[in-house]
Amino acid sequence: MVGHHYVEQLAGSGVTAKITVLGAEPRPAYDRVHLSEYFAGRKPEELALTTREHYKSIGVDAYFGDAVATIDREAKTVTTEGGRSFRYDKLVLATGSYPFVPPIPGADLPDCLVYRTIDDLGMIQARSKKAKVGVVVGGGLLGLEAANALQNLGLKTHVVEFAPGLMGVQLDNGGSAMLRRKIEALDVQVHTSKATQTIEETDGKDTRLVMNFADGETLATDVIVFSAGIRPSDQLARDCGLEVGPRGGITIDYHCRTSDSDIFAIGECALYGGMIFGLVAPGYRMAEVAISQLTGEHSAFQGADMSTKLKLLGVDVGSIGDSHGKTPDAIAYTFSDEREEVYKRLIVSADGKTALGAVLVGDCSDYDTLLQYYLNGIELPANPETMILPASEGGAPPLGAAALPATATICSCHNVSKGDIISAIDGGCCSLADVKSCTAASTGCGGCAALLKNIVDDEMAARGMEVNKSICEHFQFTRQELFHIIKVESIKSFEDLIKHHGSGRGCEICKPTVASILASLWNDYILEEKHVGLQDTNDTFLANMQKNGTYSVVPRVPGGEITPDKLIVLGEVGKKYNLYTKITGGQRIDLFGARVDQLPDIWKELIDAGFETGHAYGKALRTVKSCVGSTWCRYGVQDSVSMAIYIEDRYKGLRSPHKIKSAVSGCTRECAEAQSKDFGVIATEHGWNLYLCGNGGMKPRHADLFATDLDDETLIRYIDRFLMFYVRTADRLQRTSVWLDNLEGGLDYLKEVVIHDKLGICAELEEQMNSIVGTYQCEWKTTIEDPEKLKRFRQFVNADAADERVVFVQERGQPRPATEEETDQLLAKSA
Amino acid sequence: MNTAENRVSEQPLVICQQEDLIPNSGICALIDGQQVAVFYLPDEAPQVYAIGNWDPIGKANVLSRGVVGDVQGRLVVASPLYKQHYDLTTGQCLENEDVTVPTYAIELVDSQVVFTP
Ligand code: SRM
Ligand SMILES: Cc1cc2nc3c(=O)[nH]c(=O)nc-3n(C[C@H](O)[C@H](O)[C@H](O)COP(=O)(O)OP(=O)(O)OC[C@H]3O[C@@H](n4cnc5c(N)ncnc54)[C@H](O)[C@@H]3O)c2cc1C
Ligand code: SF4
Ligand code: FES
Repeated sequence: MVGHHYVEQLAGSGVTAKITVLGAEPRPAYDRVHLSEYFAGRKPEELALTTREHYKSIGVDAYFGDAVATIDREAKTVTTEGGRSFRYDKLVLATGSYPFVPPIPGADLPDCLVYRTIDDLGMIQARSKKAKVGVVVGGGLLGLEAANALQNLGLKTHVVEFAPGLMGVQLDNGGSAMLRRKIEALDVQVHTSKATQTIEETDGKDTRLVMNFADGETLATDVIVFSAGIRPSDQLARDCGLEVGPRGGITIDYHCRTSDSDIFAIGECALYGGMIFGLVAPGYRMAEVAISQLTGEHSAFQGADMSTKLKLLGVDVGSIGDSHGKTPDAIAYTFSDEREEVYKRLIVSADGKTALGAVLVGDCSDYDTLLQYYLNGIELPANPETMILPASEGGAPPLGAAALPATATICSCHNVSKGDIISAIDGGCCSLADVKSCTAASTGCGGCAALLKNIVDDEMAARGMEVNKSICEHFQFTRQELFHIIKVESIKSFEDLIKHHGSGRGCEICKPTVASILASLWNDYILEEKHVGLQDTNDTFLANMQKNGTYSVVPRVPGGEITPDKLIVLGEVGKKYNLYTKITGGQRIDLFGARVDQLPDIWKELIDAGFETGHAYGKALRTVKSCVGSTWCRYGVQDSVSMAIYIEDRYKGLRSPHKIKSAVSGCTRECAEAQSKDFGVIATEHGWNLYLCGNGGMKPRHADLFATDLDDETLIRYIDRFLMFYVRTADRLQRTSVWLDNLEGGLDYLKEVVIHDKLGICAELEEQMNSIVGTYQCEWKTTIEDPEKLKRFRQFVNADAADERVVFVQERGQPRPATEEETDQLLAKSA
Repeated sequence: MNTAENRVSEQPLVICQQEDLIPNSGICALIDGQQVAVFYLPDEAPQVYAIGNWDPIGKANVLSRGVVGDVQGRLVVASPLYKQHYDLTTGQCLENEDVTVPTYAIELVDSQVVFTP
């Protein structure tokens, strides 16, 4: 990783040097920090930081899968195991480190593995296939990451640690104990103060290995992952006589030079001030320092902060500075809540003015603030304990961006200070995206994103620059602000709005947004003359446009329940108009390939048979899926179908910032997949559980449990309030999940608003919903009854012809759009 | 597609009445085998615009069904398929300078929509 950073920075530095990269691994550099995501399905290509082609394009020669075997400092050459030889003027060693495997008899068995490279992870995956139990030796940061991986691979997981506590380097005893408690609650068994003496193979009947400990106990397992620390890869340096530390590591000075001034060492293989820096940010700093020796800038490496914040097995853990309180006379404040399983400790100087370190387990929300106090020596409040007490006890206010000094490091991955951000803005950056691309801040681990945004917003506001949240060039407002304006001023048309509050003529972004707000508020028929030009094409024609310009027809099938007679009607209509029919993912039937001029006829037949529009074209309520529920299913505890139909009928036609989906399941088996919906309902013995803000789609999110055991009325009341609150406050095209993630205070705040009426608006929200429900009309019914509106559905204003480019071919007994070539061929034939 | 056989005729042609137009939106006319998208913007001068109906990027006859508006003052229609903008006066695609659609001369004369080839 660090070697790659060096190459990128050097190539961009203006130094004209011929760069050659020699790597032992079979692939170019990849993101080791996010290595564990391999198990979440991230492919090696997706972890890659570069490609062979990219190196080629910037003139870098690169050879992978061939380790360097020797360095000849006299001749200034290096030779690889494969026999390649290269001359150098300057040599940079960025060989990283390797996992330490304690010299235990049996540690070399095939089921004993390590966790460092993509290939290691591939091996762990392969070996875990037929395994039931996995052990990680080492309860440090990486060990716990490995434990998480084993557990995700479906193994019963143990962590064996030699020391008395987990993560001894970063955490104090209290933090370590809380971490253990939380991890054990996740079914990972922790064994501390355990020294492994031997590992033996068994007969393999039950498990494949047994570990024997010094205290006489044993542990049966199938695979073992060693994560007992890392050791710098310094063999090359040793072999050619470079100075190394007593416990390993290539000794460097503050210019990152080794004892040979033509050889640099950077990253985890380098030893600076008696320390190895096992994090990527200090390595990147070393790379930059090493390059500055070539550019003549001669900057110096001065050590690095080793504070870390991470999520291990889903548990938030943070460690800052002197977490063990070793500074003489340091004072510690400790807060421990065993019910919520939160532990926090703050170490401050004897005079109580500066933060020296902190430990956070179970809740890292104070991490950013504490880190800034620590890094910048900001004076603590008179009662430093408020920094770690829960908010209700008067906890620390988050540190305003304005309070930070210009020297404060905001992004440690790319070493960007607040001052750098300010100069970027002064230099012409005028959005968060600009600042990101110009400073590289927040493009590494992403941990600084929230802080960066605060600073950028703050600085832009301070310069009187509008923090640009406007939806498009025609309105300087967010969707939420537009909603308020329209509501407060009772604005009924786009024209009025743009005349008084906007500029220009509008566009395909603001027009449909305003149309949606007008519909949510006043529920007018959307094809009224003043609204028709605002709608997205799909709304204008009350149907979704397909790739060849034809449309789909999706009638509503509430709850997915449909009579045989209605099924027959769908079949007949499909046949008559030669439509492609398909069951959708939303428990209803889609008829594709209707020409615009056929839409009214098709809908007339459907409406006569009792169907209504399904709003498949609108940002509106889509489907409420159901499972068959207690009426038929032997497990069902409530009538999920009736509830789903009731819900679908209630909210059909509700226009919203994005589409809304729902589902109702009859018991916890959850066959309707309610937890993947914007609002989902699951039956319990006593009523209904309500889940909010889930979705499938591009970025799936499980809904959060919002309230339990609700009776029918309360359920509907909460949903009314929730939906209206969302409709009022969400951004354009923001689904409920993203909306919730951006809602300050999150789920708890939403509960305050919807259940406890914190804002005092619930009566209004319910009233608004009732008015929408009361003024529902099937848009298709209104349309086919109005000849004036039907004009819109002519293919040509002046001719009774069809679009010659709409051509179908048969596939599996149904029509499908012809491809371009097929169309050309068919047209040529008929001509 | 614009072959010699089906080239638009040379005489001015009334293609429809003003009331057939939809304010701030488009309709499509078939003129000598050509599909022409006609947009009616009552608050602009001129009030009517005509461009080809064929979306060269989405590859379908759909431009008459897009949303009209402006991008920095230029009157445009956004393709309903993939939302590229086409200048109503010049036919230029704003997202791709190599792409243009044909434009046609059109006028409102005494409540009639008149097309001049
Ligand atoms: C027809 C259908 C696929 C099918 O054959 O099953 C479908 C088809 C389309 N989906 Fe879908 N989606 C269909 C179920 C789903 C589902 C499954 C579900 O609802 O249970 C999902 C994932 C669940 C979810 O939304 O949370 C789904 C996630 C999407 C997304 C991604 C949304 C997201 O938040 O990431 C889009 C894009 C969008 O809305 O911006 C999309 C958009 C579309 C559009 C509208 C794309 C377009 O603009 O042309 C498709 C056109 C439908 C048409 O012409 O009628 N469709 N789509 C399904 C119609 C269900 C219905 O009866 O209304
Ligand atoms: C699972 C995991 C999670 C981590 N999480 C974090 C985190 O959250 N935050 C953080 O800051 N750090 C994290 N780290 C540490 C971070 O990955 C390292 O600090 C970083 O990779 C060090 O970079 P490097 O270039 O020094 O070493 P490496 O990335 O290890 O690169 C060294 C390369 O040199 C090659 N090499 C060695 N010897 C030779 C030779 N003789 N010839 C040719 N090539 C050779 C190696 O094969 C290797 O590819 C994590 C590490 C792991 C394994
Ligand atoms: S969710 Fe429950 S009631 Fe519904 S079908 Fe499944 S098991 Fe039956
Ligand atoms: S701190 Fe990692 S990206 Fe900024």
